[in-house]
Formats: sequence, C-alpha cells, structure tokens
Amino acid sequence: MKQLKENIRSSFSRVPLLGWLFGALIAVWLEHLAGDPLAAALGLPKIPVLFGCVIMLKKPVLIPAAVIYVLLIYALPVAAVARLSASFANRLAARMLNLPIFFSVAIHLGLLYAVLHMWSEMSAYRVITLKLTLIAVMLTLSLNIINGYMGEFSCSHPGFMALGAYAASAFTVALFVEDKLFGQALLPSALGPFMFPLALIAGGMVAALGALAIAIPSFRTRGDYLAIISLAFMFIVKSMIENLEVVGGPRGLSSQPDWANLPTVFGWTVACVWIINNFVRSTLGKALNAVRDEETAANAMTVDTRRTKIIAFLFAAFWAGVAGGLFAHVLRYVNPATFGIQKLAEVLAMVYFGGLNSVYGSIVGAVSLSLLGEALRPLEILKWLIIPLLLILVMIFRPTGLVAFKEFNVKNLVKPRQRRKE
Amino acid sequence: MPLLRVEKMSLDFGGLRAVNSYDLEIEPGQVRGLIGPNGAGKTTVFNLITGVYRPTEGNIIFDGKKITGLQPHRIASFGLGRTFQNLRLWRHMTVLEHVKLAQYSKISYGLIGAFFGTSGRRREEAAIEDKAYSLLELMGIDHLADQVALNLPYGAQRRVEMARALATEPKILFLDEPTAGMNPEELAQMMAIIRRIHAEFGLAILLIEHRLKMVMELCEIVQTLVFGEVIAEGTPDEIQNDPKVIEAYLGTEALH
Ligand SMILES: Nc1ncnc2c1ncn2[C@@H]1O[C@H](COP(=O)(O)OP(=O)(O)OP(=O)(O)O)[C@@H](O)[C@H]1O
Ligand SMILES: [Mg+2]
Repeated sequence: MKQLKENIRSSFSRVPLLGWLFGALIAVWLEHLAGDPLAAALGLPKIPVLFGCVIMLKKPVLIPAAVIYVLLIYALPVAAVARLSASFANRLAARMLNLPIFFSVAIHLGLLYAVLHMWSEMSAYRVITLKLTLIAVMLTLSLNIINGYMGEFSCSHPGFMALGAYAASAFTVALFVEDKLFGQALLPSALGPFMFPLALIAGGMVAALGALAIAIPSFRTRGDYLAIISLAFMFIVKSMIENLEVVGGPRGLSSQPDWANLPTVFGWTVACVWIINNFVRSTLGKALNAVRDEETAANAMTVDTRRTKIIAFLFAAFWAGVAGGLFAHVLRYVNPATFGIQKLAEVLAMVYFGGLNSVYGSIVGAVSLSLLGEALRPLEILKWLIIPLLLILVMIFRPTGLVAFKEFNVKNLVKPRQRRKE
Repeated sequence: MPLLRVEKMSLDFGGLRAVNSYDLEIEPGQVRGLIGPNGAGKTTVFNLITGVYRPTEGNIIFDGKKITGLQPHRIASFGLGRTFQNLRLWRHMTVLEHVKLAQYSKISYGLIGAFFGTSGRRREEAAIEDKAYSLLELMGIDHLADQVALNLPYGAQRRVEMARALATEPKILFLDEPTAGMNPEELAQMMAIIRRIHAEFGLAILLIEHRLKMVMELCEIVQTLVFGEVIAEGTPDEIQNDPKVIEAYLGTEALH
C-alpha cells in the first residue's frame, strides 16, 4: 500500500505545470461535451457548479452521484492526461525555456485562461464566482504587502477598495452612461472599453491618495498607530460615501457599464501579481523586510524607513483601489455598506490563512477561502462557524499561514520536472 | 582636517548622564580603539554618532558636514558604516540578500524598475550582486551566499555583518565588539580580517573591545571610557600603563 502511494507520488512528481494545464483543459472540454448528459444520467438536476460541493451539502442523497461526476469529468481525466502527456510536456517546457521567459509564461497564462474560460462558460454563476475570486486575489496580495512584507497591521483595505470602486464608477458612469445622477453621456460608448483601464487606474490613484492621508501621520514616529488610524479611515470613508448624495448616498451607485468581462479581470489580476511580485523580489522591495525584522540595522545600512513604508503603503492601496474598481464593474452596483468590517474580516482572513510574506500564500488564501465561502453557502449560518474554526486551526499549527515566506519564482514554476533521483 | 570630529557630546537617559562631554578626532585611515568596563557608555557613543540617539549637547562633524541630529540612514549614506554588538541580522534573509540590501542607497532604477523589471534593473541588480559576492569572498563566506544568515554559526554571522557594513562603502567603520563570544581561533581570524579590510579599503576604524589584547595590537590611539567619561587617551603603551585605567579595570579584567 505504502509502496503504491510512493509510486503514484513519484510518477506524478514528474508532471510539469504545463502537463497539469493540458489535463485541466481536457477536463473542461469533456465537461462541455458530456457534462449535461452525464449529470442527467446520474440523476443530478444540473451539472455541479462548484465541483459538487454545493449539491452535496444541499441534498446529501446526491453525494454519490456528485462524487462520480467529479471523478469522471475532472479527477480521472486530469490525472490521466497529466501523466500521459508528462514527457511531451517536459520536452516542450524545456524547449520553451530556451526562448525568453516571457514566451513560456505567455503560453502558460494562455492555457490557464482557456481553462478558466471554458470552465466558467458552463454557468453564469461560475463566471461571477471566478471574477470575484480573481478580485480577492488582488486584494489579498496587496494587503499582504502591508501586513506581511512590511509587518504592520492595516485595516483600511475596504476603504481603499471603496475609493477605487466609487472613483472608477464615477468616471465611467459620468462619461459613458446616461443616468439620473450625472446626466448625459459625455463620450461615445464605443470609446469605453479603451478608457476602462484609465478609469481603474484613476480609482487606484484616488485610493493611493487616501492612503497618503493615513501614511503621513502613521509612519512619522515608531509605534503602532497604523492599526487604529487605518480602522478609523475605513469608517470615515464609509460614512463619507453614505453622506455624498452625488454618488447615491446609502442607496449606492448603479448602471456601471458592462466592461469587466473575464479577460479584463484576468488580465488585471495577472498584471497585479506580476508587478507586486517584481516589487517584493527587488532589493528596493526587500528593504521592507529589513525594516520589519530589524529596523536599526536597516537604517544603518542606509534604508530610509519612512520613505520605504510610505511608498509600499501607497502601492498596496493603489491595487486595492483597482480591485475595487473591477469589483464595482463586475457587480455593476456598489453601495457603501459593502465596504465595512465584514469585508475587512474577509480580506484579513485570506491574508493570514494563505500565508504572510508570500505571493503563493495570497493566491492560495484568496482562492481557497473564496471558493470555500461559496461551497459552504448552503450551510448558511454554520458557514460562519466553520470558516473561523478553520482559521483558528491554521493559526495554531502554522502561525504565519499555509505557505508563508516562500518566494514566487516564475522560472521554477514553468520549468520541466526531472525524474527524482533515487 | 579630521574625517570625523566629535565635540563635547553628551547624552542624558532620564536622570542618568550616559555620555559626558565626549571628544573625538579621527583622521582618514586611522584605527582607533574605545575601551571601558561594562556599561561605560561605549555602545551609546556609537549610537550617538550614527544617529540612533540625538545628543543632548555637542556637535558631530563628518567630512566637513555637521551631522548632529540627522536621521541614521542619511548619516550611513554619507559613509559611516557600523556593526552591532548583538548582531542585528534580518530574519528570513539569505547572506547574499543582506549584502545586496546594504547597497540600497546606490540603487537608481527607482520604482519603475522595481515594478516592471526593466533591463536597467537587471543590470543594476547584477552589479550589486557581483559586489556582494566580492565582499563575501573577502570575508571567506562566499560559499554560504544562499544560506539564511541566522542559520549560520556565530563566527560566520559576524562576517556577514562585516560584509554588510562594508557594502555601504563606508569611509569610517564602527565595530562594536566584533569578537564578543569568540574562541581564540576565531579571534585570530577576525583580527586578520580587520587588518585586511583596513589595508584593502584604507578605511578609518573605530573599534570597541573588551579584550585589551586586541585593541593593543590593532589600534594607534586608544580611549578609555568610564561612566560616560574619557579618563585616558593615548597610544596602547601609554594606556596600558596609565594608573587610572588600571584602577578602572582592577578586579574586573586582566590587561591581557
Ligand atoms: N536606551 C537606553 N535607555 C536608558 N538607559 C540606557 C539605554 N541604553 C543604554 N543605557 C544605559 O547607559 C549606560 C551605557 O550603556 P552602553 O550600552 O553604552 O554601555 P557599553 O559600554 O556599551 O557596555 P557593554 O560593554 O556592556 O556593551 C548603561 O548604564 C546602560 O544601562
Ligand atoms: Mg556595548
């Protein structure tokens, strides 16, 4: 038995990322072809949208059917294709590494996008869940800069998100949509999709500007003012928007144009991960860790604590703002109540669950908690018991999170896997 | 003109006068020693000159510039490098990253480079990495470059600290008990290293030491600090035979 397990482990350890992507692609393609008939044959009301989790919790009698579906559509095809294509995928991955790394990364991302696209095409629910998950990745990663890499404790992320959401929405609604609040559309809507990045960047900038208001008083002297000032900031932003009739006050702001499609959200998420990863791996970014771990030594080695912290804080806020702008355009409606303490708890949970000081960690934390939140939805109130419990377990057994302090090295990710030396 | 001049520098910690009217002049390339019993205020003198504390009174002039009260990172970037008595290394960071990071103020690729990984950034990162390697070689620890510094044995950690301080390209180096806790063999190696960096970079060095033997061998001029005051200053020979110094050390430590 143990031998068997070891054999399986070692034969799959040779599968490169490319092989797994091939497998996933075949699986989602199979679902396109045979998903509906198979679900019908198994007596399922429709295809299981989230790997069967929701169905199993809702109707326990359907558990066997859901498990068979997941096995036949996902698990077996992915495993078989990944294993069978391994040597081909390894050769291909090695060949691609001879070209500039950009090429290999683009191919991997293209495949990943194809998988996500085909998977989500099967239901509108999947599309929205996927988009919100990608946005959660951006939020979590940007908060990790402050709470992980910089070692401070900031509570203002929902506030930055709100600033970004409202600024980007005001931009697009005022310019491209005819509505009650802003009147006539000022520009032809054909220009819209090209201006959308500008709207998001404007949202990010407004969030960064808000961050400056926190950063200047908080990083002036040593001490833990940031947690309190940033918490106050979150509440101030919320009540400010509630009292701003121009953007709808507590009723919220709607009729955002439908520009946040899956490729757009995916593209921004990739850009966010890439840029943040670049930053934290540069020597300028490593200065954050130095200041966190031993500030006196960092200063003696010419690192300017205040400048380093302020820049990183604004940078993180920018990405939270961009994520907020996307969020508003995915839901096509925002109201201030969204950006309160519950949102804060969600993002903090994702950061600490996934792992501090780690890009992998933020991706793992955001994806797993987003999907878990959706999967456990049928449990209703119990969900709010299970997720915190899980968090507590992680905090006990891995105090810095699941994959903390691990460098996200793209080259290692896309390289071929060698046979393990015996 | 001396490289560093300290005039009548004093510091009060609440009611306690930790340093009283301290004077110092160091010429370029000079090696000086600062000795004194536990709690005499030696580390505090370093912290004052490097900007960790702001003096209650007095002036510090480095390279013709008044640096009193400036922030430590600015003072460091003018060319005052230091090591710490209780090794202040960064958790999670490798040896190489330590020595690269100490070149922080020389990085010019800016935020654009940091965010987008430009070719300018790759060039500069490669250059500071080369420099880091050459310093690690000088310290004889280049084979440890990819280890997490805190996992290394004590002697190697001391060398990492020294390499890190040198990476800031100091004109004067402050060494705070670089041989504390070392065995005689490590001690001899550390003395050789200090001689080597002095010869190679022509730096001025201010050395705090408990072990008088080391100060006597390395330094041209030695100051003795007791209760925050300089009680004697002179060549190692003069210091060794100064009755006030002998009295201060009597019963606590032998003179060799
Ligand atoms: N931050 C501080 N606040 C209050 N008192 C301090 C502080 N730092 C040092 N002191 C006191 O100042 C005096 C000088 O301390 P310092 O560390 O400079 O001594 P030292 O000569 O370096 O001693 P050692 O040989 O033990 O390293 C001591 O009495 C110490 O207790
Ligand atoms: Mg000391």
